[in-house]
Amino acid sequence: MRLIFALIAGGFFGAGLFISGMTDTRKVQGWLDVFGDWDPTLAFVMGGAMLPMAVAWMITKRRSSALLGTSFPPKPPTRIDRSLIAGSVMFGMGWGLVGLCPGPVIASLSYGGGSLYIFLAAMLAGMALLPVVRSRLDRTVAAE
Amino acid sequence: MEQDWIFGLLGGLLIGTGGAIFLLANGRIMGASGIIGGLVDGSGHSDAAERLVFLAGVAALPVLLMPLFGSVDTHVTDNIPVLIAAGLLVGFGTRLANGCTSGHGVCGMSRLSLRGIIASVTYILAGGIGVIIFRHLLGVI
Repeated sequence: MRLIFALIAGGFFGAGLFISGMTDTRKVQGWLDVFGDWDPTLAFVMGGAMLPMAVAWMITKRRSSALLGTSFPPKPPTRIDRSLIAGSVMFGMGWGLVGLCPGPVIASLSYGGGSLYIFLAAMLAGMALLPVVRSRLDRTVAAE
Repeated sequence: MEQDWIFGLLGGLLIGTGGAIFLLANGRIMGASGIIGGLVDGSGHSDAAERLVFLAGVAALPVLLMPLFGSVDTHVTDNIPVLIAAGLLVGFGTRLANGCTSGHGVCGMSRLSLRGIIASVTYILAGGIGVIIFRHLLGVI
């Protein structure tokens, strides 16, 4: 059952990314480019996506567990740390450079062409790199 | 071009519905970087099947919809050094910040999570500054 709902949820996500035009990097970069030919589409996508999500979060407050019996995610942590800011700055720079974030990369796997695979490989490498760098930093801090 | 915002809004509603289903049925936050990253670094080993099936759905629906809507040109750059640098930044950055546009943006901001809002403002500002630097000042994109 979990797998069926995961497939349905992923399907909605992929369909939404496709229909909204968010797999077109020109639209994403157009939204970020306030000094160029600004494209407002992404704001409508983000706004549209937050509506059902906000309703879903309200429903979680009235129920003790998810439909399939698991508990809901805990309250979000409020700690604003360097990792959050530094990571978001890095992500934003990469996002601006090419116009791709992780969701649309997966949604456009079938039609993104060779460039997309190069980006995907680098993105996966970056994801694999983080735990390595983090454990090395932790060791340095512990040694001091 | 005028109807782009309608498709944007419609697509956004579908994205949010996907996130709502994942939350209400599976009790999970629909964050693309977390779902992918957990498979890459092994932290999501215990629910790997759920992650893979979710990603299969994300990749499959555009294939099914393409006959109805026509294909989308992704306009991805063919500048290989830029692709590699941006990919590394997106992969490393989203895992360091523990979320991306879907996790911090769609799921975080909609529950008024402080971290989600701060992260989203930060990556949007960084993205905007990135476009100014790399497009308007350096001309590489």
